Order: sequence, then structure tokens, then C-alpha cells
Amino acid sequence: MNEELYQEVLLQHSRRPKNLSPLPGATHRAEGVNALCGDEITIELTREGDTLRAVHFQGSGCAICTASASILTCETTGLRAPEARALAEDFRRLAVSGEAAPAVADRPRLAALGTVHRYPQRVKCATLAWETLLAALDHPV
Amino acid sequence: MSSELLPDLERIRADFPFLEVEIAGQPVAYLDNGASTQKPRAVIARMAEVAAHEYANVHRGIHLLSQRASELYEAARVRAAAFFGAARPEDVVFTRGTTEALNIVAGAWGEAHVQAGDTILLTELEHHANLVPWLELARRKGARVEYVPILPNGAGLDPEAARRLLAARPRVFAFAHVSNTLGVTNPVAEWCALAREIGVTTVVDGAQSAGHLPVDVTALGCDFFACSAHKFAGPSGIGLLIGRAEALAATPPWLYGGDMVERVTYTGATYRDAPGRFEAGTPAIIEAAGLHAALDYLDTLDLPRIAAHADALAEQAAAGLRVIPGVRVFGPEGRRAGLVTFHVEDVHAHDIAFACDERGVAVRAGHHCAQPLMRKLGAPSSCRMSFYLYNTGDEVIRGLAAVQAALAFFRRA
Repeated sequence: MNEELYQEVLLQHSRRPKNLSPLPGATHRAEGVNALCGDEITIELTREGDTLRAVHFQGSGCAICTASASILTCETTGLRAPEARALAEDFRRLAVSGEAAPAVADRPRLAALGTVHRYPQRVKCATLAWETLLAALDHPV
Repeated sequence: MSSELLPDLERIRADFPFLEVEIAGQPVAYLDNGASTQKPRAVIARMAEVAAHEYANVHRGIHLLSQRASELYEAARVRAAAFFGAARPEDVVFTRGTTEALNIVAGAWGEAHVQAGDTILLTELEHHANLVPWLELARRKGARVEYVPILPNGAGLDPEAARRLLAARPRVFAFAHVSNTLGVTNPVAEWCALAREIGVTTVVDGAQSAGHLPVDVTALGCDFFACSAHKFAGPSGIGLLIGRAEALAATPPWLYGGDMVERVTYTGATYRDAPGRFEAGTPAIIEAAGLHAALDYLDTLDLPRIAAHADALAEQAAAGLRVIPGVRVFGPEGRRAGLVTFHVEDVHAHDIAFACDERGVAVRAGHHCAQPLMRKLGAPSSCRMSFYLYNTGDEVIRGLAAVQAALAFFRRA
């Protein structure tokens, strides 16, 4: 089995995802669909002023998709909205091209996900949650 | 079971250069024939020969090359008519594929004949290609769409419900001959006979049956039949819409331009009869020759034996999958039209397909272009192994081993 793609940290997040539940009192929400496979992810978050107090996800996807969503909730909780947006953009670049901006290079879990750029058929799996986060930031409930 | 496998399998495999390809250092085990099939040398060589020495535009000009190109293009039509039992070559329209053929029926025939309040009858197992064009037509016209329901686990369509919904006289009944997701084979002749008695137009999506089992559209009794060459060892980019002469005559043009007109003035135009009426612009000439060669190739074999071969492999795969804990196999018991779709409760289809790919085994993962069906079956994403005449029992064993390895990896604590 491919252990470069399926690194232990990702397997842990896919088997026991963090923040996989509805978020009562969410202020923002978006649903994302991977048109290639039909996987659906919902991201909900609570914003206080500019800060993301809580970020949750729902839905089921492959190991990469689930791990990415779980890691996203961990990495973005407590960030200010513009920081979360910038991180999502940085992660998208990492997943597509392998180019690691400082913000993602400093986060080992994101760097682990970044190996996905060597497997073009799996890039969408990794970016779905982050695209959905960007949509959620623009969609107050 | 193995007695149903083709005895001359090694010779058949030698006809397909694709099988020499290596993936991940191993010979490819191509188990995604439901999506598209590989081409024999005869098809590849014929297309190269036409491109090299016989190519010109069709139906244009006096020069010899154009005449020859027209002849080979029309010869492909005659061949397809004979292969699929069309009453006349003129009843065979070349399209880009099944999707385009079904869009012609829903878009052009439907536009002219479906009205507000009419019912369009489909089934719950349709591919998006035989679903979305009808939904769009219904939206434009204010028509209703009803569905023949699927039985539990996708074992088949409910036969009682099918008869009842058909007896209610929908304007049109459009359904798959063989389901690309479940391997269900529908009783086309029975449904078309019932429909004919009460004046219901029938449309058969033959993408998964044409070239896989014997198809005689006249015996089936449908008004329209659609299929794609790439699903039966022919090239992509060409398919067929076969219609009864009356049904095609009742279908307006859908794409306008050269080759489909009789007489054009600055104020209007008159249009040719079928099939030319539906073939505006320069058609897929090289692909038509490839389609012709594919039908010739299939005729050197025996379609019932090809079908039995694919069924035996699918049953071998289904039997191997059923004994794996947590694996759910969809579709009918017994004959399953050469494919098996399965869902694993705790490991995602993408991860399984990726593990297969690492072992050189190509399987499909996803929704199989049948999202509503997979949602209804409770498996938004699943894996499919689909077989054709060149697949082997060893390839099934490799596929099963890859699935087992994936489950072992993702299930370890």
C-alpha cells in the first residue's frame, strides 16, 4: 500500500476524524461536492468578530478527503477569517503543485497532505474541504 | 463456470495491443470495460489506413477520394444496420455516442411530441445520459417524470410497477437495456410490446448491451435505440441512434448546417430525410470505418459466448467479494451482465480503487453516472469491476487480492 500518500498522521485523522459533527449555533455554512465521485462535505463554522471560534465538518469521503477535512478543522480553529482564507489558498497551491508557502510548511499535517500533488487523480479529494471552507466563509447562515 | 470462458482467450488477447501495457510494473488488468473498452488491432489498423490513404470529406464533390470516403462511410451504416437488425440502413443515424443520440430523442423528438401534463416514464437505474435530458425536457414543457422503482439491493426493477406505470400511458418510456451500475438486464421486448399496443414511444439506452450480447432492434420492437462504439471495441467519438422509420420521420432536425439540407435560400431551408437530416457538418468518418471494423471483429467471435464469458467472470468476482466481511454486492443474483458493483461499509471506494491501481488493476470508483440510484442504494460511492471478451480469471483473482489488501491496510488498528 502506498505509504507516501497514506501517511500515518492522515490515517489517524481518517479513522478518527476530529470535529465530525453538526455545529449548533453555526454562523456560516457551505456544502461542497466532488463532481468526479459524488463525495459531499459540509463545513460549518462559528465566527466571533473576525475569529473562527469553531470549525466542524460532516459528510463522508475517502481517507484523503476525510483526513483533509479533519485536519482543516484543527488548523483553522482560532484563526482570523483572512488568515483562514490565505491558508486555504496556500493549501490549494500545495496540493496542486507541491509548492509549500511558509504557512503550510510550518504545519506538518498539511505538509503530509501535500504529497497528494504527485497523484493528480487524488488532488480533488484533498482540496474539497478547503474549497468548501472558502465557500462557507462567504455564506452566513 | 470456467467452461463458459472463451476457449481461445489467448488468441483473442493477442488481438488487443493495449493488454501489453504495464501499470505499476505489472501487465494491466483492465476491469473498467463498463466505462470504455480497448480496441483490437483490426480496428486500429483500419482507422490508420483510412487516415493514411482513403480520407476525404463525405457527400461532397465529384473527385474520386470523396466518392470513396462516402462509400466507406455508408458501408459502415449498412454494416451497423445488419449487425443490430435495423429494418433499413436509412434507419441508422451516426452520432457522437449514446449521450448525443439520447439528447436527439429527448431534445428534438421530445420537443415536438411531449406536452404540458404528459408523463415521461424512466426507471430508477438510468445513467445520467438517459435521465438529465428528460428532466430538462420535462422542465421546459411542464411534463411529469415518473420512475419504475428499483428492488432492494438493486436486484432488478419492480416488474409489477413497470407494467402498472406503463399501462397508465406515459407519452414516452425510456430505459436502459442493461444497467451500467447493477448489471440488471431489462425485459426490453416485453415492455416494448406492451408500449406498442397502447401507443407509448419507447427509447432504449443500449450503451451497455450493444456488442456485449445479441441485439436485434426489430425483434426488440423499440422506437429508438442508442449505443456507443467505444463500449464494444470500437473508437470513441461515434455512436448510433437507430430508429423505426416512422419515429425518425417524426423527429425534427436538431443541429443545422451543411449536409442535412435539401435546398437553401436566403430566407429558409428544407431538410433531408433521416439519416442525413441528423448528420449536420462533417461526420466522424475515420471513426465510422473503425466502428465498421469493430463489428466485423465481433462477428468473427460469437456474441452469446462473449456474454457468457463476461458473466462467468463477473460471477467469479461477485462470489469472491461476497465472502469478504463488510462488503455488499449490488445487483441481481445469477447473471449480472458482465459486471459487479460493490460497497464496503468502512473503506471508501476511492481508496480501494487506488489500491487496485497500484497493483495494475483498473476498476471504477464513484457514482457510475447514476447518482440518484447510488443514493437510493445507500452507497453514494462504490467500486465496479466490469468485464469484456479479453478478461481472464487470473485478472479477477488479482482484483480480489487488491481489494483484500486495501481492506487489510485501512482496517489495521
